[in-house]
Amino acid sequence: MIYLEYLLLIFLIVCAILAPLCRRLLNAVLVFAAFSTVTAILWLLMQAPDLAITEAAVGAGIDTVLFLLTLKTAHFLDGTRDKK
Amino acid sequence: MSAKELWGRFAAWVNGEAAPAARFEKDYRPHLPSPRRRRQEEDSTGHAKTHEVLLYRVSTVLASVALIGILLATVTQLPLHGTPGTPDQNEVALRYVEKGLEETGAVNLVSGMILDYRAFDTFGESCVLFLTAMSVFVLLWNDKHSLPPKLEAERKEDDQILAEEEMHLLRHAAHFLTPFILLFGIYVVINGHLSPGGGFSGGIIIGSGLIFYATACGQKAVSRFFDRKAFYILNFICLAIYAGAKSYSFFLGANHLENPIPKGIPGAILSGGMILPLNICVGIVVACTMYAFYALFNKGDF
Repeated sequence: MIYLEYLLLIFLIVCAILAPLCRRLLNAVLVFAAFSTVTAILWLLMQAPDLAITEAAVGAGIDTVLFLLTLKTAHFLDGTRDKK
Repeated sequence: MSAKELWGRFAAWVNGEAAPAARFEKDYRPHLPSPRRRRQEEDSTGHAKTHEVLLYRVSTVLASVALIGILLATVTQLPLHGTPGTPDQNEVALRYVEKGLEETGAVNLVSGMILDYRAFDTFGESCVLFLTAMSVFVLLWNDKHSLPPKLEAERKEDDQILAEEEMHLLRHAAHFLTPFILLFGIYVVINGHLSPGGGFSGGIIIGSGLIFYATACGQKAVSRFFDRKAFYILNFICLAIYAGAKSYSFFLGANHLENPIPKGIPGAILSGGMILPLNICVGIVVACTMYAFYALFNKGDF
């Protein structure tokens, strides 16, 4: 189990480095969502299920939705009115 | 320059009308210099620009390095993990673990802590959420008077296109899944004192269900049963109930008053005294706020 934690922690670091380096903002949002999901799993492994539920719902769910809506409003997504 | 001019310039900059440049000087006027002069000016401004960019870059790096240094220095000053004598190893945590179940009646100690011992903190958090929703309202609310006609026409067109499109998969999935998501959210809220979860996470799950439904079927479908008026009323009622239920100990100055609601048998659904109603209040506030965020970010109205 401890190796799984190490693996997830390495993934966390990679995500944290990758998120600000992404050229496309959509990719950065998705990397951020992955970061939150892995954090939720880590909370669960550290026996904090309350935090895990909240992290999964807020970090991976609502945050991603709000970021995507912001990108859509600012016309940064392909397929919207400005970038057909 | 007088204070009034300065303020006017600042206000114009805040309103996005002008950069904080020398544009508001009294003697400023757009002029067309001779080509030779213009080329000279372009050269000089171009030079100044690279100069400024370099300054910004260097100062950004310096600020980041300084911040990292301060944070790392703070971390080195923290007590080592697990040493006795650290502030978190005092009798409070022990008391929570040993007597939490007896005193709060909640099997889930986290719920017992945040909604009984530390209930006032949670009240502050709920109020912060409500205030955040209000701030988003101030920034993003588009009623019919503030929306430019062109944008409004575009949005109407968008709505029509979306309504005509046959998104079978998404709509069927939404019709099938939304009740289950809402039910799971309600389960998490109501079992907050028994199992992991509670008002905050359950409220977010309910809000996500509403957002999913709104994404698939349009915000009009949600506004049939949840509109702005319902948002105001629900938020007000829940925050008022919370404030009334938890401020009594403030006014009476007592640390541990007898609860009007009996604690019941630990593990039963109706147990834990005030924790269950408070969980429901927090859940409703959070669900309303999350859906309000979505609606305001998306359309600016709901």
